[in-house]
Amino acid sequence: MSHSAIQNSPANAAETATMPAPEQSGKGPELPARKPRRSFLPYGLIMPAVILEVLIHIGPMILGVWIAFISLNQLNLTNWLNAPFVGLQNFVNGLNPESTIGQAFFSTVGRTMLYTVTVVGFSWILGMAGAVFLSSNFKGRAILRTFFLVPYALPAYVGTIAWAFMFNQRDGAVNQILVDTLHLFGDERPFWLLGGNSFGAMIMVNIWQLWPFAFLMLMAALQNVPNDVYEAAAIDGATLWQQFRTITLPMVQPANGVLLLVMSLWTFNQFNIPFVLFGAASPKEATLVSPLIYQNSFGSWNFGLGGAMSVLLLIALFIASIFYIRMVLPKGGDND
Amino acid sequence: MKNPLKVLTALAATATMALGLSACGGGSPQATTDTITYWASDQGNSLDDTAAKLKPSLDRFTEKTGIKVQLEVIGWTDLYNRILTAVTSGDGPDVLNIGNTWAVTLQETGAFEPVEGALLEAVGGKDRFLQTSWATGGAEGKTPTSVPLYGLAYNMYYNTKMFKEAGIEKAPVTWQEFVETAKKLTKDTNGDGKPDQWGFTAAGASVSANSHQAFIRGLQNGGTLFDADGKPTFDSEAQVAGVKQFIDLMATDKVMSPSDAEISQGSQKIDNLINGKAAMLFDQSPVKNFEARGFTDWGVASIPMMEAGATGDVSTQSHVAGINLSVFKNSKNKENAIKLAGFLTSDEEQVALNKAYRSLPVVNGASSDAAFQTEEVKAKRDALANHALPMPLIAKEGQMETLTGTAIKNLFAKAATGTVSESDIQAALKDANNQMAAAQ
Repeated sequence: MSHSAIQNSPANAAETATMPAPEQSGKGPELPARKPRRSFLPYGLIMPAVILEVLIHIGPMILGVWIAFISLNQLNLTNWLNAPFVGLQNFVNGLNPESTIGQAFFSTVGRTMLYTVTVVGFSWILGMAGAVFLSSNFKGRAILRTFFLVPYALPAYVGTIAWAFMFNQRDGAVNQILVDTLHLFGDERPFWLLGGNSFGAMIMVNIWQLWPFAFLMLMAALQNVPNDVYEAAAIDGATLWQQFRTITLPMVQPANGVLLLVMSLWTFNQFNIPFVLFGAASPKEATLVSPLIYQNSFGSWNFGLGGAMSVLLLIALFIASIFYIRMVLPKGGDND
Repeated sequence: MKNPLKVLTALAATATMALGLSACGGGSPQATTDTITYWASDQGNSLDDTAAKLKPSLDRFTEKTGIKVQLEVIGWTDLYNRILTAVTSGDGPDVLNIGNTWAVTLQETGAFEPVEGALLEAVGGKDRFLQTSWATGGAEGKTPTSVPLYGLAYNMYYNTKMFKEAGIEKAPVTWQEFVETAKKLTKDTNGDGKPDQWGFTAAGASVSANSHQAFIRGLQNGGTLFDADGKPTFDSEAQVAGVKQFIDLMATDKVMSPSDAEISQGSQKIDNLINGKAAMLFDQSPVKNFEARGFTDWGVASIPMMEAGATGDVSTQSHVAGINLSVFKNSKNKENAIKLAGFLTSDEEQVALNKAYRSLPVVNGASSDAAFQTEEVKAKRDALANHALPMPLIAKEGQMETLTGTAIKNLFAKAATGTVSESDIQAALKDANNQMAAAQ
């Protein structure tokens, strides 16, 4: 009886793990002797994972944070352990709103936020529409489902480089359709990868690549919504929109929370798409945070500054994620 | 240890730890002494073409010395970062090619073997080399850490058929003549009211090519990228004037297609010339592309100057372009690596390689070969010997190229999508200047 009570409370469960349970006295004498050996096994079991985690994840992360506080450039790259410690100098340089670098950083962060909201918003809407559309049974459903997933299945590089060719001003497919065939823009061939248009083009490519993921996740979530709920609602006279708002949305809420978080983090850190579309230096109008950090680190070999920007990004995303997880995601234990 | 699970766990933990430790050590200790690794830059029409042209030389080297060479040809977009990674980890090839404008930056890392002692002896001493090229090996007053391998210089190449059609008999000499000629060659051939044939083409999105023009056009207008104290002067009046001349080709002279603002590869502008879409271009070695495409209607001339017959810095037509060779200090096969450096810079191999890649031999003993007596090679040699200065030999050269080249790339983008005023150019160069100054 007391046993089941203990199981429900994690604190007590931990206690029982370290204490030999007095109730199990049936097996008497061997128990005290087992005590020291017993404590090694769980640690030994997780040791390989911990070591690998430290080596692959934690180590480089700490190193990255440390780089933000030193002056690391080509002069001391080979001997980076002895690079001079400069305290917060890199942060001051990167954050000073008066300086060219600081201005670029702040405007880039703002632009990246706008980018993230737009890309994630549209991807979610498209994914949701696709999932709802395909949740009803009709002929050709399987084909459409496969078709929708193609952008997600293609290697990101291949998809993006195809877009780069299509957006080419002189002989790209986009201008061939819009200008040569449809005669839009008064026969003026717009540039899609230069100037202001480049931001929109990059958003297009990212939505194209991201929305199948939202579609896949939401489709899985929708399959857990029992059909009789809809039937009951229909009998009560609920319109399709009402069904969507009061049944579908609340039912997929837990999946939605995680989905939006993951998509936002991916999009905020987006690097591949601008790098393949524009090369090492993005147009000013389309520079995101990750390419900016790359430009500062590798374009100018100023690893300290790149490191400082990365640390700021890490902290900002960390705080935003914690806030989001506490506010939006279901709390473990409360509802299950 | 009766419990098999425990044994397994302990084993796994030990194995993981050992794996981690060996990963930290880096490099393979069992490198055999009869094989060395060589990173070559892409000098041919493609990575495969470069490797194929290099192979006979490397085979001769193996035959002569018994040393095998493991070759990797690395494209220009990756080479710098690959070297950077090798420098950081200390785990790189034994011998490698570098763009000679990076020589000082890479020298500062201390990762390359100084050219003295055995290495200097192997390459036969400084006096064998073209002195302008030798000067790019490292910072002034320091022992160089790279030796010249292939010599290159900017020339102007033009489509002779298009010249003939437009009734142009001789290539322009001054900048003004050049712009006028380019205007004559810019025309609407299909009657839609818009030009589809252009006088000039350039890779407007190529950061390094743009930075070379900032350097050359600046000097021709009496400017420099750095003053005597080493402070950046990207936005000086003369520099702005020089960059403006280049941007104006698209922005106001309208002799360069707006589409060029998207070209990032030099080969694309060469295609424009071959296809008759543009009549003139500046390049270091397009002949191998011409030959690969079977294109023969091309001519060569010097890069236009502000005044005919100018001398001194204002007569600069090119930077001292080329490829240098370095030996990695961490090489476990240094002796053999040095042998390869000596071999590739020998007179015979200089003739063979530079003939294959259409570049200029960097040693005096090879220049007299019949292959290097063509008009094109002579023009290149004249530019290199009499009208070329090395790009600034400073540690932050790479950053200077990135900043000036990107500023010009963005200005071309602006010209293609709207208009560019002198104050736009001034502002862009000032921005680049501030970033350069902040990083110093």
